[in-house]
Amino acid sequence: MLGVGAYRTRNRPARSEVLPVPIGQMTWTLTDHQGRLVRPSDWAGRPVMVFFGFTWCPDVCPTTLSDISLWLEELGADADRLIVALISVDPERDTPDVLAGYVSNFDPRIIGLTGPADEVAQAAADFRATYRRVDKEGGDYTMDHTAGVFLFHPDGRFASIIDFHEDRRFAVPKIRRTLS
Amino acid sequence: MKHFLLATTLIFSAPAAMACETVTIGDLTVEHAWSKATIGAGRPGVFYVEIKNSGTTDDALVGITTPAAGMPMLHETVVQDGIASMPHAMSVPVPAGQSVQLAPGGYHGMLMELTTALKEGDSFPVTLSFEKSGEVTVNVDVLSLRAEGPDCADAGQ
Ligand SMILES: [Cu+2]
Repeated sequence: MLGVGAYRTRNRPARSEVLPVPIGQMTWTLTDHQGRLVRPSDWAGRPVMVFFGFTWCPDVCPTTLSDISLWLEELGADADRLIVALISVDPERDTPDVLAGYVSNFDPRIIGLTGPADEVAQAAADFRATYRRVDKEGGDYTMDHTAGVFLFHPDGRFASIIDFHEDRRFAVPKIRRTLS
Repeated sequence: MKHFLLATTLIFSAPAAMACETVTIGDLTVEHAWSKATIGAGRPGVFYVEIKNSGTTDDALVGITTPAAGMPMLHETVVQDGIASMPHAMSVPVPAGQSVQLAPGGYHGMLMELTTALKEGDSFPVTLSFEKSGEVTVNVDVLSLRAEGPDCADAGQ
């Protein structure tokens, strides 16, 4: 199942050619950092911000989480209805407990999601995200993954992506457009 | 009141002191060396620094060593077609008259096989090897996992 998911993810057209499907048409089931099952239908009627990452990642992921935490602080209570989720592309190492320890370093509104490899692959497919395991010497590995932050309107329609190297000043206005 | 102010200043300036230290070797100035706290010792740590070359000869950072990690490496985070990867960087160019940063989202020292978890407030030495200027050791401040850089009076200039 893992092999099939990874194969499918790798051979899909590039992100620019295909947009994420609306939240309501997604079919994944994941587990949050508190051990609760989460399905796309749980997010109905709420604006959504999602990004893919993994807790073994020392550079891109904590940087993105720090940025998101700053944006959430700037938005204040306006962002309380916003679903903010990190979906792990490394479920082998990122158990709910590991995610709990990790997200506790950032804004408390950020949740961590993980699950079986095929459900993570399904989530990536629904979001049109990509990830790939890169093996290092000595049995260690890292993950390449889509670095953008996905935004969705409360009705589940895809809104926009905040690219990793995009000028961070544009992020808060982009998020605001999903909040009303 | 005077004593109270003095004490406050010391407490707040102490954690940033090392990262704000400047070390020079030849024409190179090395400063703002910092790292992020890690959860346990199993995950890799990270190393960031700024290097300024005020000379007329190009140089390059070719390696790092530290007692804090068994396998420190130079990496570069690259985002291509929206996908982030971090290939090994053979060297980081430090061209004459220019500054380079090892900073979040770009070049970084990747500290694999940590000897111990990095805790906020700790510091550890990293030795940088330059192609032409040789070796220099800096003290690295461990900031929080959330930190975006050290808070130095001269930062951002
Ligand atoms: Cu790296």
